[in-house]
Amino acid sequence: MNGPESLHEVTLVVNGVRRSGSVPGRRTLSDFLRHDLRLTGTHVGCEHGVCGACTVLLEGEPVRSCLLLAVTVDGAEVTTVEGCCRGDGSLGAVQQAFRECHGLQCGFCTPGFVTTITAYLRDHPDPDEPEAREAVAGNLCRCTGYQNIVASVLRAAQLRRQEGA
Amino acid sequence: MTTRLFGEPVQRREDPRLLAGQGRYLDDLGHDALAAAFVRSPHAHARVLDVDVTEALEIDGLVAVYTHEDLEGRPGERLPLLIPHPSLTEPRTAYALARDEVNHVGEAVVMVVARDRYVAEDACDRIRVAYEPLPPVVGVAAARAADRLVHDDVPGNVAAHLVEAVGDATAAIAAAPHVIELDLQVERSASMPMEGRGVYARWDADDRSLRVYSSTQASTSVRAALAAKLGLPLDRVEVIAPDVGGGFGVKIVHPWPEEILVPWAALRLGQEVKWAEDRREHFVASAHERGQLQHVRVGFDDDGRLLGLDVAFWHDNGAYTPYGVIVPIITATQLLGPYKPGAYRCEWWSLYTNTVIVTPYRGAGRPQGVYAMERTMDAIADELGLDRAEVRARNFIQPEEMPYDQGLLFQDGRPLVYDSGDYPTGLEKLKGLVGWDDFEATRERARAQGRRVGIGLACYVEGTGVGPYEGGWVKVETDGSVVVATGLTTQGQGHQTAFAQIVAAELGVPIERVTVTTGDTRRFRYAVGTFASRAAVMSGNAVGAAARKVRHKALRIAGEALEADPRDLEIVDGEVRVKGVPSVSIPLATVAVLSNPLRYAFDEQAKLATQFAGTTDLSRPPVAEGEEPGLEATGYYSPARSTFASGMHAVVVETDPETAEIRILRYCVVHDCGTLVNPMIVEGQVHGGVAQGVGGALYERMAYDESGQLLNASYMDFLMPYSTEVPHIETDHLETPSPLNPLGIKGAGEAGVIPGMAVFASAIEDAEGFRISRMPISPSELHDLRLRHAAGEVPPLRRHLRDHDEQEDSG
Repeated sequence: MNGPESLHEVTLVVNGVRRSGSVPGRRTLSDFLRHDLRLTGTHVGCEHGVCGACTVLLEGEPVRSCLLLAVTVDGAEVTTVEGCCRGDGSLGAVQQAFRECHGLQCGFCTPGFVTTITAYLRDHPDPDEPEAREAVAGNLCRCTGYQNIVASVLRAAQLRRQEGA
Repeated sequence: MTTRLFGEPVQRREDPRLLAGQGRYLDDLGHDALAAAFVRSPHAHARVLDVDVTEALEIDGLVAVYTHEDLEGRPGERLPLLIPHPSLTEPRTAYALARDEVNHVGEAVVMVVARDRYVAEDACDRIRVAYEPLPPVVGVAAARAADRLVHDDVPGNVAAHLVEAVGDATAAIAAAPHVIELDLQVERSASMPMEGRGVYARWDADDRSLRVYSSTQASTSVRAALAAKLGLPLDRVEVIAPDVGGGFGVKIVHPWPEEILVPWAALRLGQEVKWAEDRREHFVASAHERGQLQHVRVGFDDDGRLLGLDVAFWHDNGAYTPYGVIVPIITATQLLGPYKPGAYRCEWWSLYTNTVIVTPYRGAGRPQGVYAMERTMDAIADELGLDRAEVRARNFIQPEEMPYDQGLLFQDGRPLVYDSGDYPTGLEKLKGLVGWDDFEATRERARAQGRRVGIGLACYVEGTGVGPYEGGWVKVETDGSVVVATGLTTQGQGHQTAFAQIVAAELGVPIERVTVTTGDTRRFRYAVGTFASRAAVMSGNAVGAAARKVRHKALRIAGEALEADPRDLEIVDGEVRVKGVPSVSIPLATVAVLSNPLRYAFDEQAKLATQFAGTTDLSRPPVAEGEEPGLEATGYYSPARSTFASGMHAVVVETDPETAEIRILRYCVVHDCGTLVNPMIVEGQVHGGVAQGVGGALYERMAYDESGQLLNASYMDFLMPYSTEVPHIETDHLETPSPLNPLGIKGAGEAGVIPGMAVFASAIEDAEGFRISRMPISPSELHDLRLRHAAGEVPPLRRHLRDHDEQEDSG
């Protein structure tokens, strides 16, 4: 146990790009994304799956990347906040809505909200206010009091509809 | 193009980067750095007998293990006392690594440096520390009883003791027709930013220089502390606050043990070292706040006017006092709120306990002070059968009495003089917003449905923008872009936008051309920090002053180039032009070129500038005496005293008759922070504060057991509000500009949280009909109070009895 840890090859399709790394079995998906692939948009707030800052989309569904080991999702498709931008690098609908509605302050929890809402609106394109509030009820934010995050969900839905998404 | 910038809800300049995942928070830096981890005390109070690292040494990837014995010289001395005060007669600070005693669970004992954090934690697990447990002191009541001591040489556990008085409160109360006494209690909570603390240090051996990134609210002071502790010349140390994931007070403390140890190790090892705090560490090794026991004695007349107020409180300062006793000082002074107390006496004791240190958390002692005062106002109203809002109105300082001297010294050591404010108008707005006067009809309707509702209100005054100063630097580049720097730091307040608005408005340039840097000592060396709702007031006015100097210089240079009187010039959209003759103009970019006599034609603007090169007076030096090259300036703002923002909140709650669940039906805010730079940002600050107020009133507490273990040191157990716990917040603003600064700004950062506990206590009490004296309050605690009330142990409110009598009379 004192010797070098054995390493495992992990390959993911992250934001549409094949990415590989050689990591110990205990490497979390969040650490793999952040420190091996250097996609630092995904943040870690509590390390035990409560705050939601580390939320990424695994095969399109929101997951807590701090609770997953990278080796267990080998071969999977992952979308991070960086992948929520448009192809030209400009802000996607959810990100744009956050900007318009002042849905972020320090921005640390924001990536987890953006990924969560992206998946939610794909399945629920026309939420009302209580539904929008419920949609983000698994993510913690310490800055905004959630007022403008809920508004951002509604605005993002509107933007998506305008785009015919 | 936006011409009006100041006062507009301008979208934030920092957002596109943060939203795209391109923020640079502490742990986003230094991927190749070595990782530090700490062995922390599992005991609240113990002697450290021995540290055995043998088993850790064989671990692959281990680089170093350090204990206090390794910290030779100044790093091994006690941490500094940041803010001494005459009342703080027994200050005690910790060692960066515990020497022979630990005083709270979580105190750092051993530092491990390894290839990565996983390996560092493996090593921590294998280090054996032998302790001799000592009896712990947990909670304010135990500290006050002083059957046990935290520090053997601090009698009674008393770190600080202070009596402040205006007039003779004892005599005034003795002579008053009515006297009430209240015992009140507030439990511990904490800032809990989503990003914990973190430090990343790079020592450049060739350059003999140290660069440190820290998730701090005070990079300038971290720099000074590091230079002193590590014995480096100040100019060889730079400290940068990168993007910071929230602070709310806890990151103002400096230097943290880790802030010294990580750079110290980087220097010693000649390698980059990083430490990113994990959530459990943040719970047990950073700082908490709020815990107090209070006793109020108040005398008042038949109309409910205060005649004398005598407050005693016992403040839990935790194991050490590195940040001094700012929190109880603020409680004692800001308790007075918008009221004239008659005679006032406040006596407080700041007490050691074997728990995490206590330093400011958003509100910084104000929520406790407001709680004491507003509980008192409610009690007076109840005693006399008066409307709670009316009792408050009768005690208000009136607008025409401004500036109003409360006769005390504030946290900055300067007189507690309110500069401006209009409390009666604020109250009228709040009553209108929440429907205060119509609430009895609402209550009756609810009652008819078997529902129980209550309404509460609470008022506060917040001293903001404390000195001594902040500075700002503004420069127009030769491409017309404007760069701005100020030393204080940012944790989400939108400074890159608000300060850009101020500079863009002063300079007449589009905001898109303005870039603001905060908290980087390479860019601005003199700063105090971001706390006490001071950033907009202090740095806002400082960058405003710097921009005015730049404007003045630009107009002078442009006047020479255009052969016009500078007084006839204006700057519009980045062009200096003659008023009324917009065709006679020169770009600000060209003026920037002209400001520097060295004009190699590296860019188009420099080539362009030659056409304005007039005859040069060869008898004068190229840079005239008293002049400097470049279109740039530094400005400072230093106020004579703080400016006082104010506000009042009202909440309507429903308490379930069966489950004692507390539901928020309405939450209304009226807020006055003087002139608004960006109303969108200010509103966001209010929202966030209210959410923390909801947390502090209904959910958040530090659950220590009797042995000093923090039982809820995780987000799973420490209940912070989610979106489903924070109600829709209705706001209204009042703008009473501060006469103390050119922009008329008052601080806004902390306001939203301040009346939280008070307003919920008021509303729950109103719904239940018996007094609420301890916060936060959970459904099970409310249920318990109901049982005790039914058993006659908790007396009913008088108005409840009166309502009862009336109902029985009419029935």
